Amino acid sequence: MTSITARKGGPGLASGHPASPSPSPSLRGRRRPGEALAKVALRLAAGITIVTTLGIVAALLVPSLGFFAEVPVSDFLFGDRWAPRFAEASFGVLPLVTATLWTTVISLAVAVPLGLGAAILLSEYASARLRKVLKPLLEILAGVPTVVYGFFALQFVQATVLREWLQLPTGAFSVLAAGLVMGVMIVPTIASISEDAMSAVPQALRQGSAALGANRMQTTLRVVFPAALSGIIAAVVLGVSRAVGETMIVAIAAGNQAVVVTDPLQQGQTMTGFIANAALGDSRVGSLEYDTLFAVGLLLFCITLLINAISIALVRRFREAY
Amino acid sequence: MTTLQSAIRGIRPLTGRGGERRPGPVVFLVLLWLSLVVAFGVLATLIVTIVLEGMPQFTTRLFTEYPASSPDEAGARPAILGSIWVIATTAVMTVPLGIAAAVHLEEFADQRNWFNRLIELNVQNLAAVPSIVYGLLALAFLSMLGVRDKSIVIGGALALSLLILPVVIIATREALRAVPAEIRQASLALGATPLQTTWRQTLPAAVPGIATGTILALSRALGEAAPLLVLGALVFVSFDPNGLLSGYTTLPIQIFGWTGRPQAGFHELAAATSVLLLVVLLAMNAVAILIRNRFQKRW
Repeated sequence: MTSITARKGGPGLASGHPASPSPSPSLRGRRRPGEALAKVALRLAAGITIVTTLGIVAALLVPSLGFFAEVPVSDFLFGDRWAPRFAEASFGVLPLVTATLWTTVISLAVAVPLGLGAAILLSEYASARLRKVLKPLLEILAGVPTVVYGFFALQFVQATVLREWLQLPTGAFSVLAAGLVMGVMIVPTIASISEDAMSAVPQALRQGSAALGANRMQTTLRVVFPAALSGIIAAVVLGVSRAVGETMIVAIAAGNQAVVVTDPLQQGQTMTGFIANAALGDSRVGSLEYDTLFAVGLLLFCITLLINAISIALVRRFREAY
Repeated sequence: MTTLQSAIRGIRPLTGRGGERRPGPVVFLVLLWLSLVVAFGVLATLIVTIVLEGMPQFTTRLFTEYPASSPDEAGARPAILGSIWVIATTAVMTVPLGIAAAVHLEEFADQRNWFNRLIELNVQNLAAVPSIVYGLLALAFLSMLGVRDKSIVIGGALALSLLILPVVIIATREALRAVPAEIRQASLALGATPLQTTWRQTLPAAVPGIATGTILALSRALGEAAPLLVLGALVFVSFDPNGLLSGYTTLPIQIFGWTGRPQAGFHELAAATSVLLLVVLLAMNAVAILIRNRFQKRW
């Protein structure tokens, strides 16, 4: 609504001068070449974002084409043995996908209840003063670097809690430890977005519900929650895409053996974990090993795009306009 | 309004104000508090464990020494300097570009133009791309240019710049949007051109919001390790980085490297470096929040 050029010469101004569709030169003032040049520069800066996207697509696609020239797509997508560095190499991506699935599901099992609980408390129950204390604390949780979370997952959650205290039969790494800590990392994301959604629900709905004799819990669960559902779904889906794309926690704590994960106490290598680990070994540009990185990257990128598309569709489906 | 109707149907009438004291609502409130207690409990545990583990190694040696094969002689000096180099370069590349893009989208772009709508959608999508993909992008770009050793300051800064560019754009747009239209109209009415209006009125009024968003974005870049890992930043750096083409390591990469070593001494070093990184990030966040609270005008 604040766009200047949209208003200038647009219907807003022109409506005052129905006879002249475009303002005469005298009304427009002196021509300023510098002004036009600056606007072109600004436009180019915005265009960089498009170049970035095209760059990502090209950067992932070109080496991936080289990869799929040697490895059939079906072997890649449905094969269950991932051994790209072995003499008898095998490129079935399922082990990486199962590990990603495990860490994502475990992290959501932690983040969705905790995040929604925090959001409800902040939006429906907390006083303004309490909110002023709790929100910055949540921001701190969001500000902890993922490598520090990874260190914590490996040194404390896996080594001390799971192995020493709970005496669980697990090795040095597990998808469980990585997933649990990743869940805590995602809590602020889910909490802040769903809190915004719930705060946006008009007060009249809550008052109407209370007038009908509902208590706060009933109002929250049966009026506010359904009304804010589209925002809550968006929050959860953003959490999913962060979990799928998270790298450092899984690279440190989930392990680096690419096996099909059937038990959360097992170690496993996720898609991001593979890219991070494989990049450590110096692979020659153009080699199959180098192309493999990009094929997995392309799969990761497609999955996050798909998640975003699902999110947009679900948000439209459940949107309530007030 | 179907939700409201179904909601009303679901509500059993209660008499009096006793509804809040029933077991159900009380348990519900306890569960809500529990979710916050668990989240903050983990945060507190994290801080306490890394401080306790890192304390023995949190000495001046951490700031002055280079990595070594023995944990008792090693320090994080190159990582500290490397982080400063990379983040400064990232800031120089991202901040002008992000602000320019946001100014275009918010002040000059005709929203009906397909190109501008495409850019808007694209910025939102870019913000959801996993950080490691930006590492792959920079890796492919540097390979295309024929750079052999990709672990150079400018390469890392390139990946981080592209990563935080959407964040800076979104924050700047919000800051510009908060400046009331009357300011622009008054400026235009006095004869200023649209560009003069933006440069002398709108942008100065939005500076606190832009500064807050930019500092938060840079603090995210400072803690980020995955894209740099893809570019091969995990090497034994025993020299001070001294230019854009210099090799480097950063604090998160150094933490990752030490975490992977078998000796407990290196884990203590990783914890000590984590404490340092957390302190710097908290300070940056505090400055950002301070700017927001002190300088942001209420219109």
